[in-house]
Amino acid sequence: MSALLETVGLTRFFGSVRAAEDLNMRVEQGETVGIIGSNGSGKTTFLNLATGYLKPERGRILLDGQDTTALPPRAITRLGVARSFQIPQLYLGMTVLEAMLLSLAARDGRIGMWAPLLRGEWIAEARQVLAQFALDSHAERLIAELPEGSRKLLDIALAVALKPRLLLMDEPTAGVSTEDKFEVMDTLSTVLRGSGITTIFVEHDMDVVQRYSRRVLVFDQGLVIADGEPAKVLGDADVRRAVLGHV
Amino acid sequence: MTTRTRTVALLLIAALVLVVGVPLLLPDWIVFLLTVASAKALAVLGVVLLLRGKLLTFGHALYYAAGAYAGGMAVRYLGVHEALVLLALALAAGVAVSALLGLLVARYRAVYFALLNLAFSMVLYGMLLKLYNVFGGTDGIGIHEPTLAGFRLSGLAMYELSISLTALLVFLTHRFFVSPLGYTLRAIRDNEVRVEYMGVSVWRAVYVSYIIAGALAAVSGGLIALAVGHITPDLAFWSQSGEFVFVAILGGTGSVLAPVVGSVLFEFVRNYAFKLSPYTWQMTLGIVLLLIIFFLPGGVWSLTARLPRRSHR
Amino acid sequence: MRLLLVVGLDGLAYASWLFLVSAGLTFTYGVLRVLNLAHGNLYALGAYLGATLVLHYAATGSTPALTYALLLLAALVIGVVVGPLIERLFLRRVYSRDEEVQLLLTFSISLILEDVVKLTWGVTPIFADLPYTYLGRVRLGGVNYAWYPFLLTAIALAVGAFLWLVVTRTRLGKILTSVITDREVSLTLGINVPLVYTLAFTAGAVLAALGGALTAPMFSLVPGVGAEVLVTSFAVIAIGGLGSIGGAALGSLLVGMARSFAVYKFPEMDLYVIYLIMALVLLFRPQGFFGEIEVRRI
Repeated sequence: MSALLETVGLTRFFGSVRAAEDLNMRVEQGETVGIIGSNGSGKTTFLNLATGYLKPERGRILLDGQDTTALPPRAITRLGVARSFQIPQLYLGMTVLEAMLLSLAARDGRIGMWAPLLRGEWIAEARQVLAQFALDSHAERLIAELPEGSRKLLDIALAVALKPRLLLMDEPTAGVSTEDKFEVMDTLSTVLRGSGITTIFVEHDMDVVQRYSRRVLVFDQGLVIADGEPAKVLGDADVRRAVLGHV
Repeated sequence: MTTRTRTVALLLIAALVLVVGVPLLLPDWIVFLLTVASAKALAVLGVVLLLRGKLLTFGHALYYAAGAYAGGMAVRYLGVHEALVLLALALAAGVAVSALLGLLVARYRAVYFALLNLAFSMVLYGMLLKLYNVFGGTDGIGIHEPTLAGFRLSGLAMYELSISLTALLVFLTHRFFVSPLGYTLRAIRDNEVRVEYMGVSVWRAVYVSYIIAGALAAVSGGLIALAVGHITPDLAFWSQSGEFVFVAILGGTGSVLAPVVGSVLFEFVRNYAFKLSPYTWQMTLGIVLLLIIFFLPGGVWSLTARLPRRSHR
Repeated sequence: MRLLLVVGLDGLAYASWLFLVSAGLTFTYGVLRVLNLAHGNLYALGAYLGATLVLHYAATGSTPALTYALLLLAALVIGVVVGPLIERLFLRRVYSRDEEVQLLLTFSISLILEDVVKLTWGVTPIFADLPYTYLGRVRLGGVNYAWYPFLLTAIALAVGAFLWLVVTRTRLGKILTSVITDREVSLTLGINVPLVYTLAFTAGAVLAALGGALTAPMFSLVPGVGAEVLVTSFAVIAIGGLGSIGGAALGSLLVGMARSFAVYKFPEMDLYVIYLIMALVLLFRPQGFFGEIEVRRI
């Protein structure tokens, strides 16, 4: 059985900066994987490459055995991959509900010109998804007026609404206050647990990774330097030095 | 339910006023002005539609002229005089040209989008001007004695035709605005990257929107050709595109009705101002546009939207 | 062989003209990232003022050679007076807003200047051809050529060389490059970015007006000249890549030669050649020859 996501020899430089070099990794279906590394270690680039936003110089990306290296984000999304962003990418001029409805319409491939977006069949489901993320009270609010933490959650909710096979999250707790961090991640875990969605999330907070992932990959300057159980990997001195800059 | 019945009632009253009241009570020259204004409103609507995707075009007169001249050519070479046929041809021309140019233009945004449209519109202008044998040059083409379903197209009938066709297309555009594709266009304005990550093709949404906008402007041109009875290459000139942009910005992109209201206001003001001082008309437009940019970014329509704001529709 | 000469020289003349009128537009875009829609109007102002000065002088003065200096003077005056006016009073206030708003702003200025030209000079055509006729003609390969277009070519080369030298060899050039590359970093380096912007816009305005002033002796001036120049300039710099002087040069040369050849074979094509080339180039290379694609960082 092929891995859900696999990269083979993935290589990408930005000038002389090594964002990925001969990066090989596999994630199997059903896993919850955390990717950790210091700034500039190539974590976001990895997500950009995996979702087709950037093209690698060498190497391949395989989704469930299918080579997706040349595909654009749109195509990869349609194959069942959804992604959330380090800085929430949202439609500031719309309401929360409208954005969620659009996600559902996109998921169903029903972007038509005639029937309205605000239709019964989707509204119920939209409110339901928003409720899972505790955003339903904000449904009628303009996204531009949402507080930071809610924006993060919405960014992720919109991705989850697509019912992906694989969910990639870029620093889900970035910009979230320390008190709220775990609350956000708890909400997330509850939503994702029963869903069967394979999850990969990028983080630089070791506590979050330790608590919420079953497996950790450590990135350092475009290379995977460790791969295994959180407690063991994060306890390793070399890893701590690479990620934190000290032991 | 009461809001719905209230809206319907309002619309019926408006329809009654426009269809019966206006021609009955107002002098012919006002009826004519309204005919022209409502026709042009469709081209402005096209510009507004694209603006909802943050696509600013300085060349929309291209489709306006294409529609008018499609009709004109049919009159000149095929001897067609039936308004409905001419309008259908105008629509077809608009769709055909926008479908072709859209292939290139839909890839672009901002400066490129604005200026590529301008460039192509000026190419058409050049063609209409210079290919005298085909298009009649500055003499233009006359559309004499058109008919509507066989009957003579009087000034009154033209008025009714114009406002009903405008009403229909405004309604259809409203449906577009509230549909998933309409919302996709707004999403593209806010965050193209996210749209792609939803699995939706940004290019396709822009392309389809572009064709619809072109079609609206072409029908507009067809109506003008019928209403005025004479078409010249000026229909494609950049200042015509500029006027459409001006009225679009003046009215704002908040509502399908804004282009209509804006267009009517514009035609009336222009009627007086141009007679007073033709060499300061564009300057006036420029100054008003500057004022809008600095003080009323949502257009004049935003002044009415002091209602509890939901989303920027 | 004669064909080659005719087409080549015509092409060169047209290419020179194209470069002179589009250099300012691409330069302004390169530094400020704003496409100045009033570019055609600045061209027109330069042309009209230049023509007026020449006509006044021609009526009373004695040295025809001075008319060239008058053309240059006209360009400088327009550029240095109108340029900063536009940039400081209006453009400056919209740098932080969407590109569309900036376009609308320069469009408003264009509408205003359009009428300014009409109010100042009226609509009857003006023709100040003394600088053109004074240089006379030369016979090359059996064909009579006016000298003036060669002067244009010389000036185009001079302008190109000057811009290239300034950008690559001078301290000002380094500052410009810094501002173009990264505005924020430039600010932290202590560069007076607002001043650089004003200077760059003014330089672009001078170039636009120069294009107009130098062209005035060749054609009869009517108020509509500006619009066509704007569109033509855009086509050239779209081909070459927005912001690239080298691109403008390459685009001018390409279009100039292609048009010259096309016109020889199909005279009616002269209007379309430039746009056909533009469409073709953009189909295969959306950013033009030397343009950049900006990929959004996410």
